[in-house]
Amino acid sequence: MEQTPILECRDLCISYETRAGEIPAVIDFNMKVMPGQGVGIVGESGCGKSTVALAIMQYLGSNGYIKSGEIFFHGRDMRTMSEEELRSIRGSKIAMIYQEPMASLNPSMKIGDQLAEVPLFHEDVTRAEALERALALLEAVKLPDPKRIMDAYPHQISGGQQQRVVIAMALLSKPDLLLLDEPTTALDVTVERGIVELVKEISEEFGTAMIYISHNLGLILDTCDRVTVMYSGEAVEDGTINEVFDAMCHPYTSGLFASIPLPGADKNERPLVPIPGQLPLPHQRPKGCFFGPRCAFFKAGTCDQDKVPMRSVAGEEGHKVRCARFEEIDWAEGDHTAVTVKSVKSGKVVLEVRNMKKYYEIRSSSILAMIRGDAVKTVKANEDINFNAREAETVAIVGESGCGKSTFAKVLMGLEEATGGEVILNGEDLAHVSVQKRKARTVGHLQMVFQNPFDTLNPSHSVGSQIARVIRKFGVETDKEKVRQKVNDLLDLVKLPRDFAHRRPRQLSGGQKQRIGIARAFAGNPAVVVADEPVSALDVSVQAAVTGLLTEIQNELRSTLLFISHDLSVVRYLSDRVVVMYLGHIVEQGTTDEVFSPPYHPYTEALLSAVPIADTSVEQKQIILKGDIPSAMNPPPGCPFQTRCPRKIGAICETEVPPVKELSPGHTIFCHLEEEVLNAMEPVIVMHDEAAE
Amino acid sequence: MLILAFRRFLSMALIMVIVSFTLFAIFESDKLAVAGKVLGPYSSTEQRELWLENNGYNEPFLERYVTWVGNALTGDFGYSIQYKSPVADVLWPRLANTAILAGLYMAFMIPLSLTLGVIAGMKEGSFQDRAVSVGSVLTTSVPEFASATFFSAIFVFWLGWLPGTSAMTSGFSWAEIFLPVFVLVIYGFGYTARMTRASMAEVMTSHYIRTAVLKGIPYRRVIMRHALRNALIAPFTVIILQLNWLLSGVIVVEVFFAYKGFGKLLLDGALFGDIFVIEACTLVAVFVAVFSQFISDIGYTLLNPRIRFT
Amino acid sequence: MTADVQNNDASPSAIGKFFKSLGLLRESPIAIFGLALILFWVILAILAPVLPLYDPNAPLEPFKFPMSEARDGGLYWLGTDHKGRDILSRVIFGAQQVLIWATTATAVAYIVGMLMGVVAGYLGGWYDEVISFISNVLLSFPVIVLYIIIITYLGATGFNIVLAVTFASAPGIMRIVRGLVLDLRTRDYIFAAQTRGESAMYIMLVELLPNARGPLIVDACLRLGYTTITIAMLGYLGLGLPPPDPDWGKMIAETQPLGSFAGHMAVVPAAAISSLVLGFNLLADGLREISLKD
Repeated sequence: MEQTPILECRDLCISYETRAGEIPAVIDFNMKVMPGQGVGIVGESGCGKSTVALAIMQYLGSNGYIKSGEIFFHGRDMRTMSEEELRSIRGSKIAMIYQEPMASLNPSMKIGDQLAEVPLFHEDVTRAEALERALALLEAVKLPDPKRIMDAYPHQISGGQQQRVVIAMALLSKPDLLLLDEPTTALDVTVERGIVELVKEISEEFGTAMIYISHNLGLILDTCDRVTVMYSGEAVEDGTINEVFDAMCHPYTSGLFASIPLPGADKNERPLVPIPGQLPLPHQRPKGCFFGPRCAFFKAGTCDQDKVPMRSVAGEEGHKVRCARFEEIDWAEGDHTAVTVKSVKSGKVVLEVRNMKKYYEIRSSSILAMIRGDAVKTVKANEDINFNAREAETVAIVGESGCGKSTFAKVLMGLEEATGGEVILNGEDLAHVSVQKRKARTVGHLQMVFQNPFDTLNPSHSVGSQIARVIRKFGVETDKEKVRQKVNDLLDLVKLPRDFAHRRPRQLSGGQKQRIGIARAFAGNPAVVVADEPVSALDVSVQAAVTGLLTEIQNELRSTLLFISHDLSVVRYLSDRVVVMYLGHIVEQGTTDEVFSPPYHPYTEALLSAVPIADTSVEQKQIILKGDIPSAMNPPPGCPFQTRCPRKIGAICETEVPPVKELSPGHTIFCHLEEEVLNAMEPVIVMHDEAAE
Repeated sequence: MLILAFRRFLSMALIMVIVSFTLFAIFESDKLAVAGKVLGPYSSTEQRELWLENNGYNEPFLERYVTWVGNALTGDFGYSIQYKSPVADVLWPRLANTAILAGLYMAFMIPLSLTLGVIAGMKEGSFQDRAVSVGSVLTTSVPEFASATFFSAIFVFWLGWLPGTSAMTSGFSWAEIFLPVFVLVIYGFGYTARMTRASMAEVMTSHYIRTAVLKGIPYRRVIMRHALRNALIAPFTVIILQLNWLLSGVIVVEVFFAYKGFGKLLLDGALFGDIFVIEACTLVAVFVAVFSQFISDIGYTLLNPRIRFT
Repeated sequence: MTADVQNNDASPSAIGKFFKSLGLLRESPIAIFGLALILFWVILAILAPVLPLYDPNAPLEPFKFPMSEARDGGLYWLGTDHKGRDILSRVIFGAQQVLIWATTATAVAYIVGMLMGVVAGYLGGWYDEVISFISNVLLSFPVIVLYIIIITYLGATGFNIVLAVTFASAPGIMRIVRGLVLDLRTRDYIFAAQTRGESAMYIMLVELLPNARGPLIVDACLRLGYTTITIAMLGYLGLGLPPPDPDWGKMIAETQPLGSFAGHMAVVPAAAISSLVLGFNLLADGLREISLKD
């Protein structure tokens, strides 16, 4: 039987009008959403996926417009609807959930009022009824104390709670279609997991159809039935989850999967394969296939001629691919320039952290606090940190926001002084030596790669002068000619052309900036490099190249890499040893294999369960943590994890700080659970063998 | 909230103390000069010494300061040399006249600039936006003494519709107050209008306005309920702080139109060297400025829930 | 956006950069018009000594209307004033005065305000408390009161006017710079400079200030306009530079009561000042628009 789709896009073309002329943002886009179905749109930033969502809502801003094609909602073309008809559909039949919950809520209006507006303007209800409905939905999205939240302003609740409010707002009038635009990107992994589960439950319960937009293949796998992969404004592959994830036919889709660290990958034996090059700008798209210049299977004469149409895969009616030669591709033949790295033996201990503590004193300036005598509050940002790092070893520090990893990096770099304990680098205690007092050599031996590529470089100075400054500052070279030579050497090291030295940071892409950041960190032949989420702001295909480069240089120079991250997939792929932190404490540490297999700390267990994995053959145990991460300003007594711990044993967790248990040499867990209980844990991630390929 | 108000109040008091002390130090630390100003340039040193003795100037400096502040607080600002009468007798009527001028200015400027700013900011880049922006740049480029020149040339000398001076010799007259207020409004509205426009335009591109539109509520309500409240927070503070800048315009306008107000009193005092008048006027002006800042801070906190509840 | 601009026209020379930024102006007709107005006055002011003008202070024939013929056969383009001085000449020499003093005063105020702002914003702590408090005290003075006190107390000289403008403007500039620095100091490149042990001075001057220049250039244009108004206003109120040098404000003040029969005497300088300020404001507006587009 033929059902009418809830939403159908036919040959949709969307453009933006700019000073430089018309910029096509989405080209020739087709999509069908059936009732109750979840459809994912996946792609890297700038591929046009959010534009599709805004076009469906008919909200493209003053310079965006639908150039051609149709959008049918329940069989009616939305482009012919009047402003009033659109209004009656928005928020009641189609609702949207946004990327940044805080920015999406009106800061000066109470949450209850913002929610009540939806029924008030779409249905014939009284204000009291509307408020009642709002309250009921806040309960449905599992918010604690919904009455209080009704009466709160958005800034008074946490990010995860805000997103639940936005979801409640979207569901208030039981929409037929829900648009989710990266709804969890701004949230921590364990919070994200809760939101994703909620979305899944709700779509089942209400029978709502969904369009889920994300850059994260793992989340799409988790939430959708079908998926459309977009590249540079076009859909390149479209099919069911299994078709696209297990039998992908487009070289870009296959490249995406090869560049994300799935559980089977290993930096030495099965390294990631980055996609070369970068996304073309809309006005610099090549002729023929837009992916052509980056494609390993590019064939001149075929791929650079006419526009490539979407074609169905033989035998799979719904599986469509935009590739001129997908039938003939021999996947084994492509030019896979994988970054292969020999396994390196780690050497002597380079960095030793002993009982390091960092407390901050927060002075409350309120008179009330002064009268009560608690004007000075101590925030324990790091408590009793112990670990070693060896030469040429990669140690990952994992944790979510507020876990204290940034504070730790600051103490290490000498920007903050430790409150207690020792930080020994090559036999020298640096815990109480600020960076200004350290010798140039020492400073050069301990360098950092920063998180945000967009402000890791000073926009006012050329790339070359910024690297040269570091070289002179560390006393590596002083002679002008030799400094120039060294700058060139470093650019070679990070595989960038030498004439980049004359460029300004704004002329570089995110990945290129991050490479310069790496060159800068390695200028002083460092013993230890701290990389603070070095790839989390980059696109998936670029991430692989940058992590590959980082490990390659590290191995070559036998530096120690401290890799700070919240992304367990990358950590598993990259590191030799893992340190898991929660609210200032190390809750577990050990080799990567030890941490990623049982026994786990309950937090590690939950974290592993929360990572979205884009592999249909992997089974993950479901552990959903309650609530949000407590504020570091106000940590719970006893075990820091007790407020959310699914394995809490009782009063002891609330009153006593847990012991550090050494389960095997080097593998420690900070928990009250008995060893037998810990040892009896089951693995969270199970791979089915036959699909390991 | 009360604590915040109290703290603001304390800092306001502290600023007043510092200002009054600086003022006192500038004008009255040189006792002989004070006596010279009072008794005239031809008075002898003995006369001056005698005057100082009689008026308690030989007390220690700090003690004199405290007395002076005490007197000022009870409304005794000393004796005007120029007007030969207590400063207070001159000051209060003049202040009332200026209050009329400033009040009328506010009454016209606020609705005008807020309306124009909101209309312009609602649709960035539209015709009405361009018109308001260009218009306000033009008017803020013509200072009061220039626009007063132009408007008197047109309305007074050419068309002969309005009187050229506003001395109000035969009581209050709307015809006489028109030009001074008009000149102030023309120069002053642009700044607030542009501020409102910028604030409104920013709010209109914010994500929560998108949320409100995509919630399907009527456009009118999006503007009235969601946009205005947030967009008017910044202009509110600016309007109140404008009192600080308004005084310059007030002085110019009062001089130009011979309007007997506070500004002209201050300027005449300064040009004449009437130190007690200068002191009194300065204290009053600074008090009004500091007090308006206090009001603006408190108002901002009340309007902005993000600050009110933290 | 990953796809950053990949243009290869990076010209490293300073001259090249200057021409490129001039090229940017092309995108805003408003800015070009503003710049033209400013240049008009700047060029006249520079050329004043060599232009065929009457002595601005010489009493020739009083109350001549614009375009009337002079006794010596010349032309009073803009007429003469009540003392018989040539208005065109006075307006041009007045432009010289106002441009010199407005630029100097704004520049000095900027140096002071920027240093205060960058120190308060970057070093924070007690530096911030003290600097912010001083600024708050100064900002609580209505500016005109500040001018009146400084000028009646110290006298009306060019130096004192610069001083008064600095007192009045530096706190405002400090606030802007401080705000910008508070934002910029959280950037990773500042963190990077700190972790390689750069001195606070280096970070403030080399890493922070250059990145604050965009909004500051716009603000400086606006302030130049406002300082121009201030200087003319002081002249108008009788607190300006001492005679006999021509001063736009004073020209209005002297001739305004005579408006009933010779309006041009006050209208001409009023138009002159308005056009110069308009130039600064339009340039600022255009520059802001360009910077927002990027």
